[in-house]
Amino acid sequence: MNTIASLTRATLAKDLRLEWRSKDAINSMLFFSLLVVVIFSFSFDPTAEESRQIAGGLVWVAFLFAAVVALNQTWAREMRNQVLDAYRVSPAPPNALFLAKVLGNFIFVTVLQALMTPLFIVFYNLRALGPAYQLPIVAALGTWALVVNGTFFAAMSLRTRSREIMLPLLLFPISIPALLAMVEATGAILTGEFSAKFWIVLLAAYDVVFTIASLFLFGFVLQAE
Amino acid sequence: MKYLYAAYIATWAIHVGYLGTLLRRYVRLRDEIQEFKTRIEDK
Amino acid sequence: MKRVFPILAVLTAGLLSYALYEALVAAPTEQTMGDVQRIFYYHVPSAWTAFILFFVNFFASIAYLIWRNTKADMVALVTAEVGVIFCTVVLVTGPIWARPVWGIWWTWDLRLTLTLVLWLIYVSYLVLRRFSSSGQTPLLAAVLAVFGALDVPLVYFSIWFFRTQHPQPVVGGGGSIDPRMLHVLLINWLAFSCFAALVCWSRYRLEALRREVDETLALEALLDPSQAKTSRSRSAG
Repeated sequence: MNTIASLTRATLAKDLRLEWRSKDAINSMLFFSLLVVVIFSFSFDPTAEESRQIAGGLVWVAFLFAAVVALNQTWAREMRNQVLDAYRVSPAPPNALFLAKVLGNFIFVTVLQALMTPLFIVFYNLRALGPAYQLPIVAALGTWALVVNGTFFAAMSLRTRSREIMLPLLLFPISIPALLAMVEATGAILTGEFSAKFWIVLLAAYDVVFTIASLFLFGFVLQAE
Repeated sequence: MKYLYAAYIATWAIHVGYLGTLLRRYVRLRDEIQEFKTRIEDK
Repeated sequence: MKRVFPILAVLTAGLLSYALYEALVAAPTEQTMGDVQRIFYYHVPSAWTAFILFFVNFFASIAYLIWRNTKADMVALVTAEVGVIFCTVVLVTGPIWARPVWGIWWTWDLRLTLTLVLWLIYVSYLVLRRFSSSGQTPLLAAVLAVFGALDVPLVYFSIWFFRTQHPQPVVGGGGSIDPRMLHVLLINWLAFSCFAALVCWSRYRLEALRREVDETLALEALLDPSQAKTSRSRSAG
């Protein structure tokens, strides 16, 4: 257990340091997200009432696309430098690597969300009519759901043709219950018409199930490469 | 009711279509085996 | 094909014809929807058959993960493919039924939506099988199948709750069913199950032959590189 924690921390620190220096991922994610926001702004010109209802969907579509950008580059560095082969040969537990990657992606996407949220509020004149404190909870659970499966499927897609297409192709169908929950929860909180509690519980259940499944099965995927 | 017939016809179109692809793959495979056999015998 | 196959094929064809007759002629006409309701006798058995096939796929995938048995992998591939076919039938007949009855093509009905999500998951499964390099395909596919299976209850609950918040029409008729209609439904289900079994068997034999040819060609290339010729139709599934 000690090895996993320290190994995870070391790998995570390395990834964050590399990212901080190059800012590759965060820049492309930010730009992409911005594009999505602007384009949606042109397509929909809703009233304040309407925008609260559709904002959930819009926001999470933008974050989903940005997350895919981050996910696609998750293993790129490892592939380039044969790190995965080294890992397979070493006695290090594969879960440490996986956990580090998931946490890294989680941090990237959360930073992106923190940067984009003010923009969304401005563009769509958003104001939460329901319990706003629930929004960070939904954001965290939802992001984890996308990132844990996304990192796993990114690893699965490594040896496939059209790697960049395979990732969203695998991720989106499996993520449907989580996406539905995120969108509905956000909509419920913004409009204040429904309680988001069920959706939050569903997201938590989804996160637990797939985190356990990913940790359990990552070893297989790493060996498969 | 044309919707009723459309549904039934669509169902069988899908099934027959799939069986068609199976048949096509089988024929291609058989040809490959034939070609392989002649290649072996030629040597 | 073995000699028993043609006999079974003829029997199944007969059963399907009888089931069709029952569905179109013998079954009583529904009160509110009229004759269009007869789509039900194709729509519902296809759904049940698809779900059963995916269920088998799940167990075959687990069997592969535990024992690395190639036969398990072939069963997984076959049931996934045929399952997608039956799923497609459900997704096509559903809207054709919904349109005259409710005036809309699509509804976020529980069964229909669940079928759509399963269809999406298994199409992505088949794409993964086709696009990944042959060494690890069975393993990755099996892992994906397990993920898909874990997803199903979550999909079910999310759609169920979504429908309580946003009420939608129900395709497929809720409530109790006339026993004569149930009888016709079960006959059609039996007929389609036999049909599915035969299609799976054929696909399985095709896959077995395909793999044998691939192995032989690979062996030939190994022993005699000058004559090496990769197989033309390199379809992984």
